[in-house]
Amino acid sequence: MSSQRATLLTGVATAIRLHGEQTFPHECCGALVGVNRQVTAAVALPNTTEEGPRRRFLVRPSDYQLAERRASELGGELLGFYHSHPDHPARPSQFDLDHAWPNFAYVIVSVMSGSAADMTVWFLKEDRSSFDEGELHGDENPDSNPAQAVHG
Amino acid sequence: MATRILIPTPLRPYTDKRDAVEAEGATIGELLADLTKKHAGLKAHLYNEQGKLRSFVNVYLNDEDIRYLQKEQTPVSAGDTISIIPSVAGGSRS
Repeated sequence: MSSQRATLLTGVATAIRLHGEQTFPHECCGALVGVNRQVTAAVALPNTTEEGPRRRFLVRPSDYQLAERRASELGGELLGFYHSHPDHPARPSQFDLDHAWPNFAYVIVSVMSGSAADMTVWFLKEDRSSFDEGELHGDENPDSNPAQAVHG
Repeated sequence: MATRILIPTPLRPYTDKRDAVEAEGATIGELLADLTKKHAGLKAHLYNEQGKLRSFVNVYLNDEDIRYLQKEQTPVSAGDTISIIPSVAGGSRS
């Protein structure tokens, strides 16, 4: 199967990194909005997990609906979600896999000792057995653009 | 009786890109069974290997989560709308 890809337009990668640094040592989460695998906005959402936000995130149904509405308002569609892995690599865990939706891009940013590091993108295989790592384009130098996440 | 079911973005590739489809059934369970029969690709993403709805799949009857009604035995009436609304969860450790 050909590799899937996601392209982050200007400011999106920086916004995701900043969000991950702001919530450190907790995980951040948010929605990816755009068209045709081109992400034009990162919509920051609250992490509502009750299982410990240092190692889990949860976007509750009402915030999912808000993300769908924001995507429409921004003239795009919901392409996926991002979250951070504080002091862990930017690779999906078994828990990520067990809770993944198909056809979404999952961007993960590693935040090591409070500083955002690697960023990756993943797509659930159709048989749910694992993720395929996609090609992530448009990941800027984290210091190059001071854009903020769009708050839903 | 056909009931309207709203489909979230990640599941629309299995419903010919439609955001709403119709299914037949007197209860939520029957409706979802008919839905997954008509759109086979949905089943693996809605149900786990034990045949239970996955924990991050939320089904609403109008504005009520069926977990607080009669779950899959919840009866459906004419004019009701069913929504499948994702929770999105994950985390750094398994």
